[in-house]
Amino acid sequence: MELLGLYNYFVFAVLLMVGLYCILARTNIIKSLIGLTIFQGAVFLLYISMDKIDGGTGPIILEGAPADTIYANPLPQVLILTAIVVGISTTALGLAVAVRIREAYGTIEEDEIQEMDREQ
Amino acid sequence: MMTIVFSLFLLTMLVLVAVAILRTENLFTAVMLSGIFSLLMAANFFVLDAADVALTEAVIGAGISTVLFLGALALTSEKDRSPPVGSWVPLISASALGAVIIYAVMQAPRLGDPNAVVHNHVAPWYLEKTPELIDVPNVVTAVLASFRGYDTLGEVFVVFIACMGVMSLLGRVRPRKDSIKLTEYEERSRNLRHHLIPRIVGKMLVPFIVLFGLYVQFHGDFGPGGGFQAGGLIAAGIILYSLLEGDWRGRELVPEWFTSLMVAMGALLYAGVGVVCMLKGGHFLNYSVLFEDPIKGQHIGILLVELGVGLTVTGVMITVFHAFARRGVR
Repeated sequence: MELLGLYNYFVFAVLLMVGLYCILARTNIIKSLIGLTIFQGAVFLLYISMDKIDGGTGPIILEGAPADTIYANPLPQVLILTAIVVGISTTALGLAVAVRIREAYGTIEEDEIQEMDREQ
Repeated sequence: MMTIVFSLFLLTMLVLVAVAILRTENLFTAVMLSGIFSLLMAANFFVLDAADVALTEAVIGAGISTVLFLGALALTSEKDRSPPVGSWVPLISASALGAVIIYAVMQAPRLGDPNAVVHNHVAPWYLEKTPELIDVPNVVTAVLASFRGYDTLGEVFVVFIACMGVMSLLGRVRPRKDSIKLTEYEERSRNLRHHLIPRIVGKMLVPFIVLFGLYVQFHGDFGPGGGFQAGGLIAAGIILYSLLEGDWRGRELVPEWFTSLMVAMGALLYAGVGVVCMLKGGHFLNYSVLFEDPIKGQHIGILLVELGVGLTVTGVMITVFHAFARRGVR
């Protein structure tokens, strides 16, 4: 049971590993960006896992709710909510760079681009 | 018990999908799988009592992100030609990172532990003081827009700057009406005009998506929602229309000068509310001074600030989508 309570964190670790491996091992720029979104998703999962309290509910205080209602921690939620939107904006910027690289080099494979740079 | 089984299932699916993304060599498959990854992530957030975040992830991660990746794929290539086995460095560094993190989380408080450090610092204060100081039911909105308004202002400007970056990279070419005719443009652009069923069914959805977006925008104080989610939703509706009818017609529906105006006005509205607070003798973004009654000031302040966030996010998402879509036609 003790390990089951840590399952979220193990999944976080595995996703982080998969994301990092995808960024480092894949030479395709778009694939690296997808790896980056997995990496990001892992961090989001870590933060949101921390907000949960047993027997709790979402942090929306409704009138007439019993006084002893347990609410989830709102702070990680605020951080991640804005981080998701910032994440997509930066990913879009990365994709724009990838498109320009493709137009300049005709490929989005890092090794081929390095080859071309060396030849010049 | 059912919740535990369900969340275990969702988390295991997340890992499987992530590994599948890593293994596939077709980028189109990878992008589709990353949409599924985001949707699973959103379901996970919902199970973990984070409704606001789940809504954001579903809209932004599963919806708009997938469309942007597909737009970029159309401009690059669909095949990942990475060599199957590269050096050992990535594998070793990823494993080392994983080992360190697993070692670290062994001492972490288990999921849902009410005595965890994170629940005993500032969070109880926010939960206790929100009804008294701000009086909106959704504590997430209260923290986002009022208590930590500085953070959110910064994030809005990051989104704004990222949009500027995309526009400077992909360019805003003026539509050259002489050199390229509308019919010719339509032939070269990709749309679903020839597919009757998706077009009719999809178009019927657009007004409802936008309506729901407006509801999420203005109901964000009371239920899950707010400017970020609403911005994503409304933009998703407009992007759906552009995908169905071609981006040219999408730009006729919501002209570009209008989206640019939204991007700038949203950020200005947010910062402007802060300046008005200063002129009224309070601190920057301290909405209590806006009216005689501090609670009413907070309500109006949060409403305006969320509107600013919504405007900027909607504008940025539509602008970025059009930047990719137009590049494909040139």
